[in-house]
Amino acid sequence: MTNSIADIHLADVLMITGSNTTEAHPVISLEMKKAVRQYGAKLILVDPREIELAEFATLHLRPRSGTDVALYNAMAHVILENNLANDEFIKTRTENFDAFKEAVKDCTPQWGEDITGIPAEMIVEAAHMYSQARSASIFWAMGITQSSHGVDNVQSLANLALLTGNFGRPGTGLNPLRGQNNVQGACDMGGLPNVITGYQTVIDEAVRTKFENAWGTSVKIPDKPGLTVTELMQGIHDGRVKALYIMGENPMLSDPNINHVAEALSEIEFLVSQDIFLNETGQMAHVVLPGVSFAEKEGTYTNTERRVQLVRPALPIRGDAKLDLDIICDLGKRLTKSNGKTSNDVIHQITDWNYKDASAVWDEIASLTPIVAGMSYQRLNPNGLQWPCPTADHPGTPILHKEKFTRGLGKFTPLVFREPAENPDEEYPFVLNTGRLLQHWHGGTLTRRSEGLDWVVPEGEIQINNEDAQEMNVTDGDLIRVTSRRGVVTGKAKLTSKLPRGMIFMTFHFVEVPANKLTGAAVDPIAKIPEYKVSAVKVERV
Amino acid sequence: MIKEDKVVTTTCPYCGVGCMLNLHIKENVVYKVTSPFDAPANKGNLCVKGRFGYDFIHAKDRLTQPLMRKNNELVPATWDEAMNHVAERLLEIRDKYGPDSIGFLVSAKCTNEENYLLQKIARGVIGTNNVDHCARL
Repeated sequence: MTNSIADIHLADVLMITGSNTTEAHPVISLEMKKAVRQYGAKLILVDPREIELAEFATLHLRPRSGTDVALYNAMAHVILENNLANDEFIKTRTENFDAFKEAVKDCTPQWGEDITGIPAEMIVEAAHMYSQARSASIFWAMGITQSSHGVDNVQSLANLALLTGNFGRPGTGLNPLRGQNNVQGACDMGGLPNVITGYQTVIDEAVRTKFENAWGTSVKIPDKPGLTVTELMQGIHDGRVKALYIMGENPMLSDPNINHVAEALSEIEFLVSQDIFLNETGQMAHVVLPGVSFAEKEGTYTNTERRVQLVRPALPIRGDAKLDLDIICDLGKRLTKSNGKTSNDVIHQITDWNYKDASAVWDEIASLTPIVAGMSYQRLNPNGLQWPCPTADHPGTPILHKEKFTRGLGKFTPLVFREPAENPDEEYPFVLNTGRLLQHWHGGTLTRRSEGLDWVVPEGEIQINNEDAQEMNVTDGDLIRVTSRRGVVTGKAKLTSKLPRGMIFMTFHFVEVPANKLTGAAVDPIAKIPEYKVSAVKVERV
Repeated sequence: MIKEDKVVTTTCPYCGVGCMLNLHIKENVVYKVTSPFDAPANKGNLCVKGRFGYDFIHAKDRLTQPLMRKNNELVPATWDEAMNHVAERLLEIRDKYGPDSIGFLVSAKCTNEENYLLQKIARGVIGTNNVDHCARL
């Protein structure tokens, strides 16, 4: 998020798109509801489903799946046509405006309606509402990003915020709601193929040299980005990738096209799973290493508003399990001290892998990472700090891009609308959409072991529009079979009026009804994110 | 009335909101979860998972010892066996096929410190940028 959870209620207009906030980020949805009900903000909701937030929306736009760029280009067109743009902001804080203006010249509301199915007058109204607010903030989640043009979708939203100058003030900005508790932190810490900590890029020689020297490595950090999750799985198929070390993840349930993942993991030469449960991935591993849960360890998580917060140990370690940090340090020691026993080149001891505790690891991170350089465990107690926090006396940064953007000027991106990789057709006439439920979490590893939660929602259902179901003579609880070009899943039907006609909705929480057997391998060309929200399927009564 | 042994303030392990929790502990069991009203992200609010979703900590099928595959079956092993095997196999594969034949999946559920150190092993010891996690999933 460019802004903070604490300033959500200060927006005059909230535009929420591709986020079922009440189910996926419930506590943030409370702030959104408060903004509407208590502070009188207007809510523009963009979602094909009639989700709970629809009750709070001033405008609910229901686009055809995967047509986001067309909607936001058309809104930009309306804003420019009616001179509603923030000319001063465009002049002083942005670049590439002329190319952008040219790109949306023909994106009339009618053009938008033809592509998205949203009535032209609603597009016009949304454009007026968003651009005339004193402060307007945009929120999104995976409904925007999990697309074969996810980067375009995000840039189309950034264009709107640039056009109206909605940056750098409370209640404005671009606010992606991050999914997992520490997905922000995993990215910040270099858990990505192209960057080391704090988004210092591996293609920069100075960055590589800095880390090589600090770590005392004998190997060189490669100057090219590595492979993403989806590319790693393909790499196993192609025979390029021979070993995978997986810590705290279950690609056998969360990756797209899991039949393909299962094949890959059964072919791989060496697979290690470090986890607290023997999940579907661990069952295929050659070695399983028992780590510990959040309740038994010390460390930090970074939330969606960039706040680094402390995790404190509350319980003793169970059995012969080990702190995950100790497992990694043990591995580091063994890899560096084997003195070339199995390795041709001499592997030096890069550091001694003896850290006093988690805070000592943090101090090393801070010493190498400008955005968190001013943070220490002492300062993070009790309420955490938001990065960037470059020095020990810096208060942290609740709002980004106040005076200028990280890159200097905010850059408009001219965008051309592209269709999703796989639209419904005669053979596969339905769109499959996937998402979360309030009571369960991701692959279900944690929540399905929580008795109360599993009692409330014990099984995965396949949601289908009432009228579609009636035409197929399907009623609640009937078994239906959903088939895509990649796989087949059978489960109980749940009829609902909240889905548009022609859409099927499934969660990915239930191993018995695994939506990701159906999802496709299409990914965004830049972000490599899979298109989970649009897969063509057919539905039959069993 | 149950008298707790201790209350530990920590951060919720579910979603990216980052709610602050008070874990109430009695005889090494988390029996209640509350949240401080001055918590910056959640102001004392919690969702149903954040308040009630903690049976997994005490689940009977938590892993408590290392396992190794022998005769195509996962069987208990000592830490020393398991870790030596991991280190040897990773180095063998690296020497035979090159560092980019190895991939590391770090975790959006693990701590910053754990993620940092695992990518440090990938980049600084093995010598590959094949580091990713489920940010996209």
